[in-house]
Amino acid sequence: MLEIRWHSRAGQGAVTGAKGLADVVSTTGKHVQAFAFYGSAKRGAAMTAYNRVDDHEILNHEKYMNPDFVFVIDPALVYTTDVTINDKPETVYIITTHMSTDELVASQPKLNGKKVYTVDCIKIAQETIGRAIPNTPMLGAFMKISGMYDIEFFKESMKRILAKLPPKIVDANMDAIQRAYDEVK
Amino acid sequence: MADKMELRDVEVWDGNMAASQAMRQVQIDVVAAYPITPSTPIVENYGNYLANGYVDGEFVMVESEHAAMSGCIGASAAGGRVATATSSQGFALMVETLYQASGMRLPIVLNVVNRALAAPLNVNGDHSDMYLGRDSGWIQLDAYNPQQAYDLNFIAFRVAEDHEVRLPCMVHQDGFLTSHTAQGVKTLDDDTAYNFVGEFKPMNDMLDLDHPVTHGVQTEEDWHFEHKARQHNDLMTKVFPKIEAAFDAFEKLTGRRYNIVETYNTEGADAVVVCMGTSVETAIEVAKELRADGKKVGVIGIRVIRPWPHAQIAEALKGIKAIGALDRSSPNGTFGMLYNELAGTVVNSGESKVLTNYVYGLGGRDLTKVHLREIYAELLANAEAGKPTTPLQQLIGVRGPKISFH
Repeated sequence: MLEIRWHSRAGQGAVTGAKGLADVVSTTGKHVQAFAFYGSAKRGAAMTAYNRVDDHEILNHEKYMNPDFVFVIDPALVYTTDVTINDKPETVYIITTHMSTDELVASQPKLNGKKVYTVDCIKIAQETIGRAIPNTPMLGAFMKISGMYDIEFFKESMKRILAKLPPKIVDANMDAIQRAYDEVK
Repeated sequence: MADKMELRDVEVWDGNMAASQAMRQVQIDVVAAYPITPSTPIVENYGNYLANGYVDGEFVMVESEHAAMSGCIGASAAGGRVATATSSQGFALMVETLYQASGMRLPIVLNVVNRALAAPLNVNGDHSDMYLGRDSGWIQLDAYNPQQAYDLNFIAFRVAEDHEVRLPCMVHQDGFLTSHTAQGVKTLDDDTAYNFVGEFKPMNDMLDLDHPVTHGVQTEEDWHFEHKARQHNDLMTKVFPKIEAAFDAFEKLTGRRYNIVETYNTEGADAVVVCMGTSVETAIEVAKELRADGKKVGVIGIRVIRPWPHAQIAEALKGIKAIGALDRSSPNGTFGMLYNELAGTVVNSGESKVLTNYVYGLGGRDLTKVHLREIYAELLANAEAGKPTTPLQQLIGVRGPKISFH
């Protein structure tokens, strides 16, 4: 079982990202789950979304999770929420920030000794899509770090999932995924 | 003629999407709805299908859930296939009309995305609204995941609209835990799905002007009891055979098997939990892990809540020594509904069983695997002792000092 927790702000696309990832994974024959904690969260409120992936039918519906991966798609959440809660020694972090990984860990001691990768999904999204929607670039970074799928296969799959959007926006998302894939450190 | 929609064999859908797609595929004549969290996307998606030409029927926007069900009742009495969706406060506002629908023998399908009832206001999932509907004369089916929310809609239309049944049917799913959780859903193509339910055949329809009928009459002590008795009789005797037949036909079509009472590892088990919704699946996962450790534990999931499957549950509980009834609704002054219903079912079984009650998960509070392991440990101790080793009712997963009764 692979488990992922997303830290996001409502409106940044974590739910769409989690569902998009689940959709891609599902096409490869694996079982998936994508869900989120909503509450009555308003745009901008801190929230979490989740993915589970397994070779077998997923029966577990508890919200509690010891994640294998933690995605942080808003830079400030590293300081205002505990992104390390319920982690395990092998948990891998992919965090959106304009800082280097060393600078980030120095600024948030909780990340000390953990497997942390950084990428500026906000900047990438602004420069490609034109809006600070950091969900698709995070998935590009995840493909690089996890080696889950070939990036070309992943982009083709995401094209299908984003097909309702105008072609220009779809292309911009593909650029964003590729850039995050190339730039994550 | 409505356009067909191309679906992949497996779509990644949440429970709301699954329910709305099933509603589209059966080609409903009238949906009157007033959206409410967490069932809103069912209504939203359905409106979308209709606006884009995938549905031929009518969508009626109304001013409240009371009006939504009233509109459904009117349309159903007129002689059409009718359905809607709601949750929580909306369901509560519908209650008066729910009894009208069942009393008038109108085969309406209602998707209920289960959510807590205020106060305090809460949008998350528990079974308060589902429990509120249990005396309303409706058939109640319960889905544990998005696949089942999809499948059970077809079962609901087929059973409710059967001329020997003609009773409305609710399809329940857990708010957010199912309704907003995307999982793989195996789909039926549009024609196959529609044909499983078939064309709507009206009965006693008001638009059949050659055969005038009256709906919604007044009967006092002269006839009221006879109407209610007939309705109760049909619920008790006619519904289960039709559900069984629908489950059999559905298995033949899809390979997916449903049962009136779902059992996991109950053969030779010492202790079982009885629950509903997503908790059934989480409990199965825990029971599997405990079985691997040699613990004789199982799970019973209630698939049909009304009519209450007394005989099927009694059969499933044969030989079981300890039962934990897990209620996801505040009983507010008594034992949980499942505890009371199960007590009624096992009391005449001739076997001695220890029955205890756990109230959990109110307002969306997580039911964790750790909770379930603790419950199983207590139930196994009860089975061993042959009597309760804990208070009869316990609240689990609630902060503060332990709360228990009796």
